[in-house]
Amino acid sequence: MTDPTAAASAGKMETRAQEEITAEGHGARPGGGADDGKQRSLWGDAWVSLRRRPIFIISAVIILFLTVMALFPGLFTSVDPTKADLSLARQTPSADAWFGYDQQGRDIYARVIHGVRASLVVGVLATLGTVLLGSLVGLFAGFYGGWLDAILSRFADVFFGLPFVLGAIVILSTFNPPGTPYGPVRIIFQVIFSIVVLSWPVTMRIMRSAALTAKQQDYVKAARALGASPTRIIFRHLLPNTLAPVLVYGSIALGTYIALEATLSFLGVGLRTPVVSWGVMISDAKELLRIAPHMLLFPAGALAVTVLAFVMLGDAVRDALDPKMR
Amino acid sequence: MGRYVARRLLQLIPVFIGTTFLIYLLVWALPGDPFAGKCGERPCPESFVAVMREKFNMDDPLFIQYGKYLLNLLQGDFGETFSGTSVGTLISNAYPVTIRLALIALLFEALIGVIAGILTGLRGRGFMDNLVLVSTLFLIAIPTFVTGYLVQTVFGLQLGWIAPTVSGNASWGELLAPGFVLASVSMAYVARLTRTSIAENKRADFVRTAVAKGQPQHRVVGVHLLRNSAIPVVTFLGTDLGALMGGAIVTEGIFNINGIGGLVFRSIARQEGTTVTGVVVLLVIVYLVMNLLVDLLYAVLDPRIRYD
Repeated sequence: MTDPTAAASAGKMETRAQEEITAEGHGARPGGGADDGKQRSLWGDAWVSLRRRPIFIISAVIILFLTVMALFPGLFTSVDPTKADLSLARQTPSADAWFGYDQQGRDIYARVIHGVRASLVVGVLATLGTVLLGSLVGLFAGFYGGWLDAILSRFADVFFGLPFVLGAIVILSTFNPPGTPYGPVRIIFQVIFSIVVLSWPVTMRIMRSAALTAKQQDYVKAARALGASPTRIIFRHLLPNTLAPVLVYGSIALGTYIALEATLSFLGVGLRTPVVSWGVMISDAKELLRIAPHMLLFPAGALAVTVLAFVMLGDAVRDALDPKMR
Repeated sequence: MGRYVARRLLQLIPVFIGTTFLIYLLVWALPGDPFAGKCGERPCPESFVAVMREKFNMDDPLFIQYGKYLLNLLQGDFGETFSGTSVGTLISNAYPVTIRLALIALLFEALIGVIAGILTGLRGRGFMDNLVLVSTLFLIAIPTFVTGYLVQTVFGLQLGWIAPTVSGNASWGELLAPGFVLASVSMAYVARLTRTSIAENKRADFVRTAVAKGQPQHRVVGVHLLRNSAIPVVTFLGTDLGALMGGAIVTEGIFNINGIGGLVFRSIARQEGTTVTGVVVLLVIVYLVMNLLVDLLYAVLDPRIRYD
């Protein structure tokens, strides 16, 4: 469900990337803000325009709040999310339990709070993995070109062609079959692994086309003429100038990875019981939707707010880094 | 043009082999004994297991197994399940429903997404623009399975406007609501893509020329602007068909539709690797063919694009 966006935004970002890089190639450009007349880098410029956007501030505040919640769930609730009291099963929200109780009499409020951690860990690590793996492969493919590029590009196509949800189901049924007694850490890493494996081709394509454009620029030729090694050119000259489009993609993808994790958990192949997760909670609630709608409402609401915050942040970052919007 | 198509088709071969091998490898590595529970309450007799292993080439090395599978596949034979049902039959029973669902979803996202995108892209900042931006944000943020349950509960169970589950033959009419749910996230992306594309081209020279030479508004927008803004949208819609079919698993589960999703889950649970591979192989073919079609459509939309 997130893959299509990837496909389209990748194509769009590839052209964006080229524009950005050619703009960058001429070195420092007149400051966008123009209020102080100073020259700023792309990042300084982006930061100035970001701080003025209310949408950025709102989403940053929500994300900060969620991060605190993930790090210190004890600040928000003192109830054990796994403590079950069957006599309280399916009770509706009350002053004791703000979000009510689930089928097994567990406090839904406590479970929603403790569920932030799994979502954020999966989202952040999957984005990190996708950006790192895709960027590295894309940089090498774009810089060296030739047969290396051909092989790496076809290799990426193999993973790109797999339908996302179906591919993740097959991967996770192989490595993470239901009923195996794995601990929470291993289960979470398997989910992250399957997301990274299926989505790195997108960042690879963005990075590759950015590197292809950047290596034609004068500063790369100058570095080569001065005798810089390929490794130095790649990491000191290409990387800083090709990173922006990949980071823009990453910031938008983070939200969609969180939604994807919930989808996989909902299908029963993603996170499962020792891990407290919103997807698992929604999956538990689906059979009882008519009797206890609150069981679905609160985890789904929390999930939507989280994804919304990251997608808004990604939007704001894209607008700030996009030279066309200035 | 002909040479371009030929080169693209040649490039598809390694990708196709790579993807199918990857799926074959994963399915082959599915944990568990495929013959557990196949013979009722007792373990399967040695002789039965030996015959089955022989029949399904299970004692060959992986590469040879895959080679034999690919050879059969090229002749249009998807193989058999352990109980002797033809996988081709299973697939031809399940695929039409999923294709119908995905086509309805594609139609919804193309119609609603493009119209919303044109309206906001032309007007610029204002109430309509904000309304579409906010609603697309919400559509993106709410995962399909939540939208699905909301639609099912509100429109199916409480208001009674739609049937909460779809019957066995899954007619076009019944699939409207599930198709809408499946389309919801992509619809938002189509609207945003169209909006940016239109907004970027709105000030292009060719639009100014068209206005200056006195073309009526509907011709400026419908011919000059739309055609030039269509490429990113068409790319998205084309590649989205495969993704919609793969992503239909969730929607199919909610509305109880007998498509490929249920088939894949049943097959994984029963270790029927040939069925899973067959379903995914077909999806990969859909994806690759759609990609090629989209690339060829570029030249129709923008005659400046040449294939060489």
